Amino acid sequence: MSDPILAVEDLRVAFDTRDGLVQAVDGVTWSVAPGRTLGIVGESGSGKTVAATTAMGLVRGARVRTSGRVLLEGEDLLAASPERLRRVRGATIAMVFQDPLSALHPLMRVGAQIAEALRSHRSGMSAADARARAIELLEHVAIPNARQRVDAYPHELSGGMRQRAMIAMALANEPRVLIADEPTTALDVTVQRQILALLRRLRDELGMAMVLITHDLGVVAETADDVAVMYAGRIVEQAPAAELFAAPQHPYTWGLLRSMPRLDAPAGAELVPIPGRPPSLVHPPSGCRFHPRCPYVRERHRSVDPALEPLAGTPEHRVACLLSEAERRAIWARLAQGAPR
Amino acid sequence: MSGGAAGPAPLAAVERLVKRFPITRGVMFRRRLGEVPAVDDVTLEVLEGEALGIVGETGSGKSTLARIMLNLLEPTSGVVRWRGEDVTHARGARLAELRRARQLVFQDPAGSLNPRKTIGAAVADPFAIHGLLSERGARSRRVAELLELVGLDAALANRYPHELSGGMRQRVGIARAIALRPELLVADEPVSALDVSIQAQILMLLRRLRDELGLTLVLIAHDLAVVRHMCERVAVMHDGRLVEVAPVDELFRAPRADYTRELLASVPRIPGPAPGGPPGPPGPPAQSSSSST
Repeated sequence: MSDPILAVEDLRVAFDTRDGLVQAVDGVTWSVAPGRTLGIVGESGSGKTVAATTAMGLVRGARVRTSGRVLLEGEDLLAASPERLRRVRGATIAMVFQDPLSALHPLMRVGAQIAEALRSHRSGMSAADARARAIELLEHVAIPNARQRVDAYPHELSGGMRQRAMIAMALANEPRVLIADEPTTALDVTVQRQILALLRRLRDELGMAMVLITHDLGVVAETADDVAVMYAGRIVEQAPAAELFAAPQHPYTWGLLRSMPRLDAPAGAELVPIPGRPPSLVHPPSGCRFHPRCPYVRERHRSVDPALEPLAGTPEHRVACLLSEAERRAIWARLAQGAPR
Repeated sequence: MSGGAAGPAPLAAVERLVKRFPITRGVMFRRRLGEVPAVDDVTLEVLEGEALGIVGETGSGKSTLARIMLNLLEPTSGVVRWRGEDVTHARGARLAELRRARQLVFQDPAGSLNPRKTIGAAVADPFAIHGLLSERGARSRRVAELLELVGLDAALANRYPHELSGGMRQRVGIARAIALRPELLVADEPVSALDVSIQAQILMLLRRLRDELGLTLVLIAHDLAVVRHMCERVAVMHDGRLVEVAPVDELFRAPRADYTRELLASVPRIPGPAPGGPPGPPGPPAQSSSSST
């Protein structure tokens, strides 16, 4: 595998709020190499989006406390000046959001927005060239009749087409890293399939690194090479995607897998919800943060905070859990057979 | 409960239902440019005691169909039936009784709760509207019972919606919907706004309530896997039309319509074993031991 192009190292992000200090991201480390996709999975409040938007330099301000490093081609973005960040954003690293309407200007034609994105990074580009390139980009993301659609306003496009237009805009300057935050959550499944296929194709053609943030394990399974599962501001499990789905190690990951309805479950299989709800990030639980919801909790887990550690045989698979590896393997073997616990 | 020798009678039905919405332009001088058919000649029965899934994508007409079925929207043409009776144009006391018997659970529990009303007041609303349980203390006792039935602490009655999580608000929405002991519960995307770990909690709650209260359930969802877990029969809608109705197992094993096949092929697959709890009873739900509701 080639060297990572984007590496987040021991990132911590806290927000000063009226209720206290919210530790949204608490010591997160991940990296992604060109041509690869990292899937970051978590529920709301897990910190998955904050970690990525901080990497983009979008989370800054007097009430934000950040530490750690975000290395883009070796340069620390957390230490970069606002001007430097503006140059990097859109050119080297770009982002796609869940809701294209929040990223596209409602009163500006789609093509003009793409042209603007192009010309803001290439001062020499003529308006005519930018328009021609915008049409090319719209064709590239498989928008039919791109020559007409280039003059459409965002509201004149369907949800799927808007998402394609936003992807086209993000790709305008051929970024080397694309961060996609729930890019298909608002879309119908048939459209979701098309958008995921599009993202895979673009990643391969352009050799981009992709960070895909989602709550949906199915989307991750279809798109990501590596997966990080986040819970309460931390990564609790990290592994190559195939390894994670074949031999998940963390009780939270098991909980997610067991609570998801799926088409290949045995007939009549019960869903097993994760009890309780995600913890407060102002007063996170002591010890293992998952312990209040964990069916396998022991007394020691209430006070000892587990570190993310590699498995003995498969060092690329890391897990933050105080159960022994042998215990975890035995439990998963039972669960996979349909045992209640 | 049904399930006798006579076989289940249709509890609710729609026949040749059509709903068209006008397309207009202009604010001052509204012009009618044409019509979009939201529901296009749909005939469908809901059997007593069953869980029927209605699946489809945005704009398929599934929510419009459900709202017409509950007399919340007038059809352009066609018939709405309840226990065989034509209730398409029901009014007054008859309509009030129908509203009691058929309840809706919304996707967005926050949007369906008044932010300035306590949870207790929200759950007691249906009693106030229908003038029930007016003796002192009766309502608050019933509200406490209902909150516990949906897995909430009765003390939450004094809280406001914003103090609750999304999953808890959805439980409140369900408590409200079952307050008047409806016979039919229509849940319109009840979990799609919730986190994955909470979705399963709400789905299991709906399944338990269905068994305990002998409810007939219509579950509207875009997620085929949810419907497979919850329902015995599925109706697939596309562009306002019903493209396929079949028992769940049959539909997933041998889908007949091209559109159903496309929909199934689009669901992202998770590799690896499909863990689950012990298999529940296959097919229809366990018959409740009590012979009447």
